[in-house]
Amino acid sequence: MFHSPAYINGTGLISPQETADPSRFLPQIREYTDDFLSCIDPDYKEYIPPLAARRISRLIKMGITSAFMALRDAGYHSSLSTELAEPKQPDAIITGTGLGSVEDTERILNGMSAGETLMNPTPFIQSTYNTISSQVAIQLRCHQYNSTYVHRIFSFETALLDALMQFKEGMAASALVGGIDEITVNHLAITRRAGHWKTGPVHNLSVLQSGTPGALAGEGAAYFLLENRVSPSTYARLLSIDTFYKPGTARQVQNHIREFLLASGFNESRPDAVILGLNGDSLWDPFYSQIAHNVFPGIPWLCYKHLCGEYYTSTGFALWLTANILKRQEVPPALLLNDIKPGRLETVLIYNQDRNINHSLILTGTA
Amino acid sequence: MSRRVFVTGLGILSSIGRNLPETLDSLLASRSGIGHLRHLETPLAHEFPFAEVRFSNNQLMEMAGLSPQEGHTRNALLGIIAAREAFHHAGLEKSGTGKTGFVSATTVGGMDMCEKYYTDFLTNDSRNIYIDVYDCADSTEKIADLLGIRDFITTLSTACSSAANAILLGARMIRTGQLDRVVAGGTESLTVFHINGFNALKILDKVPCRPFDAQRNGITLGEGAAYLVLESEESIRGGSRPLFAELTGYGNSCEAFHQTASSPDGTGAFLAMEKALRMSGLEPSGIHYINAHGTGTDNNDIAEGLAIERLFGSRIPPVSSTKPFTGHMTSAAGSAEAILSILCMEHRFLLPNLNFSTPMPELRFAPVTELCLDSEVEAVMSNSFGFGGNDTSLIFTRPS
Repeated sequence: MFHSPAYINGTGLISPQETADPSRFLPQIREYTDDFLSCIDPDYKEYIPPLAARRISRLIKMGITSAFMALRDAGYHSSLSTELAEPKQPDAIITGTGLGSVEDTERILNGMSAGETLMNPTPFIQSTYNTISSQVAIQLRCHQYNSTYVHRIFSFETALLDALMQFKEGMAASALVGGIDEITVNHLAITRRAGHWKTGPVHNLSVLQSGTPGALAGEGAAYFLLENRVSPSTYARLLSIDTFYKPGTARQVQNHIREFLLASGFNESRPDAVILGLNGDSLWDPFYSQIAHNVFPGIPWLCYKHLCGEYYTSTGFALWLTANILKRQEVPPALLLNDIKPGRLETVLIYNQDRNINHSLILTGTA
Repeated sequence: MSRRVFVTGLGILSSIGRNLPETLDSLLASRSGIGHLRHLETPLAHEFPFAEVRFSNNQLMEMAGLSPQEGHTRNALLGIIAAREAFHHAGLEKSGTGKTGFVSATTVGGMDMCEKYYTDFLTNDSRNIYIDVYDCADSTEKIADLLGIRDFITTLSTACSSAANAILLGARMIRTGQLDRVVAGGTESLTVFHINGFNALKILDKVPCRPFDAQRNGITLGEGAAYLVLESEESIRGGSRPLFAELTGYGNSCEAFHQTASSPDGTGAFLAMEKALRMSGLEPSGIHYINAHGTGTDNNDIAEGLAIERLFGSRIPPVSSTKPFTGHMTSAAGSAEAILSILCMEHRFLLPNLNFSTPMPELRFAPVTELCLDSEVEAVMSNSFGFGGNDTSLIFTRPS
């Protein structure tokens, strides 16, 4: 558990929902009946010159664009422009990605299966996980701290933890932190064999009621500009973060969450709402319900994966939701999981887990 | 924030040895691990030399005490053996209190099995056991499970500086009071995937790599794993365990120049080394040895060399690249070379830059070419630079 507050002063999210315009908060929930949820392409031209955009693959494009959306939102540098000699820069660029560019990796594997040995180096370069963080740095000409985490559902959380540590250590006053993953037809087909997903197309808005094993796959690119001080664009505060590994029984998970809340300053009280990572998998959603009944009775339970699908860095989508919820004091009805109506929300906790192996907690509060 | 970070355990498995003692023997004998590929099958095996770990996966499984049914990748096997050595070297199996973390680095992850069974993945269920071991986190979790580490785990990937950044993160978690000890390092197996990738970039040398040589013509890829045990001052207090080094400086900087090339003047390398030096509180003259990134590519060695000249001025410490011993262990290079640097300090020697004959016209200095015993080595700098300009420099000093 690490407790070191920072302000969320800019956000950029590309997702299967209408999230690219920071002035609007889920104006209309998108419905899909599909094998997986794909991101809605923003107008990349606004951020990347078309000539450059043709040379880079989809995930990198999504990463650079969402990073620049967050920077623009926070009043930093706004697009790839060579005219700006001294763009305002973050003190750190840190990215979490569970799988990196799946598209580039598959391009190489397909070539290898066909017996090719000589390759165009571009897919290889883009398949390297740190390409997103370093491409953002290259576009900004930012020589500051730069890193990438690649640990399943801990990827984005470790990136956030690293940023909060930078603030506490006095190494940075601002950090651009992202979580990004993509899904492809091939990758879905392969990982379906391992039993992770629904076996056919599903309606996203009813996936949490499906009662069948497997999740609905999704993707997204979220970046946040964090600073150690409040600004005119502040959404919310990031308060504490924790990842925990193979904690054991549901009771031990509950104890761990209670200890986290205690260490974050909740004595007898609870956060004002909790966002849970239910994904429609009938084998694991009851686990969330059990935890929620025992640790979070009497507060609103919110859910989000029916909007963006399941992917390793989906808590980027959840953090974008909490940032907007806390700033606007508005909870879109599509997120409500139980019957408790949200009142004034000062603190919101995000709890996500993957098969009781990896668990994460992100606590946020009003600015 | 003033918590000091000590190195209490080392574990390494590479082409020059299955463990720390074998590695030391090879270093003292100036014995390189570069040769022909024996285990990995690729048409490029005949075109380039490699620094392959000499054991097959079955032999590694035996060394790790695992049964062949478990779906282990080569990456995980290499990592398990090296991390376990570090863990035992530090005597951690006997120390019960406090919090222990594991920070591991890799970039190829389980690609060795993925590239072998990719067609099966797409067409049938025969190799499903290898689907979930493809990603970077798999080896980290397998190693953590075998070492019994639960308090904190994560995986880092910044290409060829990955393991140096894993050490950096581990140290910061100790300094910020989150953990008492961290096993940190990296693991990387050779795969056809990245051999093809480096070949497509045209940066593989047809002969064993020749860092800092005027004739140098690229990298020799290697493989292996290396982990360090980092501990806080409180964690080692009252104990009688040996301390191998103190991590007194680190710097991470992004070149922000090009996805695969260094800037001509090595800006990122300079900034990383400068940050590390400033943090250590040492004067440039306090650094007695630099274990350079020194890949042997035209581009890296000029950029790194110029950055060293810029930082150290007229008093450049002895410099060598140990990649002619181990090959470029990519995501494991940072921790492997940190260990070799610490061995220099422990045994008071300087390691030679093998395969060197002709000085580079662009540089004022030439690397160390002979094993220098009885050298004064009180502080060492270890450089790791990666694609994307992810540059990191670490400074270890003799523990006091």
